[in-house]
Amino acid sequence: MDSRLSRRQFVKLGTAAGVAAALVAPVPMQLPFNQQQGLPKSSGEAPASATAKGMLIDTTKCIGCRSCERACKKANNLPDSAPEDKEKLNAITFTTIQTKPVPTKDDPKAVQPVKVQCMHCLNPSCASACPVGALEKTPGGPVVYHADRCIGCRYCMMACPFGIPRYEWHSNTPYVRKCTFCADRQAQGLQPACSEACPTGALKFGVRADLIAEAESRIRSNPDKYVNYIYGKDEVGGTSVLYLARVPFEKLGFRTDLPTQAPPEATNEVMTKLPGVVVGAAALLGGIAYFRKPPAVSGAKRAEEETYEEKKLRKAA
Amino acid sequence: MIDSLRQRLTPRVTVALGLLGLLWASTAWVVLRRFLEGLGSVTALSDTSPWGLWISFDVVCGVALAAGGFTMAAAVYVFKLEHYRPVLRPAVLTAFLGYILVVMGLMMDLGRPWDIWHPIVMWQPHSVMFEVAWCVMLYTTVLALEFSPVVFEKFHLERPLRLIHAITIPLVILGVILSTLHQSSLGSLFLLVPSKLSQLWYTPLLPVLFFLSAVAVGPAMVIVESNLSSRAFGRGLENDLLAGLGKATSITLFIYLAVKIADLLVRGAWTRLLMPTLTSGFFWAEIVIGVLLPAVLLAQRSVREDPKALFRAALLVVGGVVLNRFNVSMIGLWAYTGPTYIPTIAEIMVSLSLVLGGVVAFGVIAKFFPVFSEEGQEASQP
Repeated sequence: MDSRLSRRQFVKLGTAAGVAAALVAPVPMQLPFNQQQGLPKSSGEAPASATAKGMLIDTTKCIGCRSCERACKKANNLPDSAPEDKEKLNAITFTTIQTKPVPTKDDPKAVQPVKVQCMHCLNPSCASACPVGALEKTPGGPVVYHADRCIGCRYCMMACPFGIPRYEWHSNTPYVRKCTFCADRQAQGLQPACSEACPTGALKFGVRADLIAEAESRIRSNPDKYVNYIYGKDEVGGTSVLYLARVPFEKLGFRTDLPTQAPPEATNEVMTKLPGVVVGAAALLGGIAYFRKPPAVSGAKRAEEETYEEKKLRKAA
Repeated sequence: MIDSLRQRLTPRVTVALGLLGLLWASTAWVVLRRFLEGLGSVTALSDTSPWGLWISFDVVCGVALAAGGFTMAAAVYVFKLEHYRPVLRPAVLTAFLGYILVVMGLMMDLGRPWDIWHPIVMWQPHSVMFEVAWCVMLYTTVLALEFSPVVFEKFHLERPLRLIHAITIPLVILGVILSTLHQSSLGSLFLLVPSKLSQLWYTPLLPVLFFLSAVAVGPAMVIVESNLSSRAFGRGLENDLLAGLGKATSITLFIYLAVKIADLLVRGAWTRLLMPTLTSGFFWAEIVIGVLLPAVLLAQRSVREDPKALFRAALLVVGGVVLNRFNVSMIGLWAYTGPTYIPTIAEIMVSLSLVLGGVVAFGVIAKFFPVFSEEGQEASQP
């Protein structure tokens, strides 16, 4: 007759499978590479640390000397960029000064140097994207990269709203490359190489909350010098790197149309519904499969058959 | 056997096989260079366009077009629509080969494919990609198990056959759940890029839309595959059966269209449809030629009962879903990157080689295994 499972066997099998899954599932969580500071917190829980660090980049103080760029290359053992790659981020350039034209009536050739690098978002899209947790938001602020985990799917590159992660396209063992906020130096109580090298104080490293207060104070004290906006305070849920500027930010190549919601929150809204979908679908499909009698000859099928027969008769006539 | 093979080597077949061999040999050279010199040496991928043809076509389209497997399995085993049984095995084989091609495409595209096993033990459960990786791994296993009776029958392995039959329905349910998850999650991948994907396609309903279009294209792919194998193997075409599939596709497409239109209206994105841009053009093409037209055609009995018309309408559905997947994963992103990425010949060769490999594998397996045989299927009914 029926070598299908009876309902009792199905319930037994299902329970056994469920118990087995529940027992096995926690095991990978205990493995060493999933233990580091727990799993990456990239689900909308920004690190709670009130002492999380940031960097204030006051472009009005930047003279474009590129000391930061050179210091970064030195600290990370990066070779010099090729001339055609000047002012570009790439696999060997974690930060660079980009010269933006900001012509005025009095000075049509005026330029504004702007330092670009990873923004170390509070709720980073890259960390949310990464299937193996190679990118991780640390409580201290830096978004770090665990190269040994990376499989090279490049979803982080797709996800980053600022287009920061770069790839080693011409390596046969490629990695993702980006600014690390000098997490290793910070761990030793040092500041990042770039802010240490800056001669004008355009780069200020400190506690993010303090830097925001500092930025607001600068704007208040010099309303003619600054656009009344701190870039990075609210963009995509807030970033560790904050900017002040003399001209509107879109003139300096900043994206000013970014949502204030961190994109991982949009993903999580859907991901959290998945267990419900699984349970609901299992119940629905199981119910249909085990309680539905095969349609004898359904009305639709009879109609289709008659038409086919009629057609055959028609064609024979 | 040698004689029958020799008979088959008509001039046309010989030329075709020769060209195929040439393509595969050249692709082998591309593969070698890719692994020796890096992705940048054979692809047009870049920091602004890190995903290209291999992701959009081989992975994203590949998964969508393998939807015939779970839809036919659900039809026969869950909804008890027995009269679709003849197309079940070919559909499962198409899906199984399809997922193998997805994995092979990934092995080419991943920067570090030797680490492809990492998601098994390195977990990042908030990542949509993590969920996709797991579901694809598990579902490919399910497909292998769903196809195994064909192999067991060939070699008369009775005990494994009975074992698989005993677990078929839970296996199929698991397969439908896994398919629902990852078909929709391929859409969810793009929830993370609201500032990069055109508002014409970016919506919180991306997972729903991807799932509905997968359900629509599953039966359409079965229609296409049935027509192609009927021609290739000189088999009859069970068009009355395929007509029913065409109806299912039509209904699903109308539901899809309704959801998509409602979404555009609610989000206010419909105004972009009136702008004469390249991306709005692609959207119109996708909706009109790839959804509305085949939905209307397949709603008509005269179209469904004419094998040629049914085949062409099914091709429109397949084309429409392929265009949708490209629109979401590549063209819709031109809002951010501009149309800067054009695949290299090498990339196209790899994708073409994979697809043709799948077609050849299907043909060889169908030749030597009871994929289509009537007796095999009656004997296998649980």
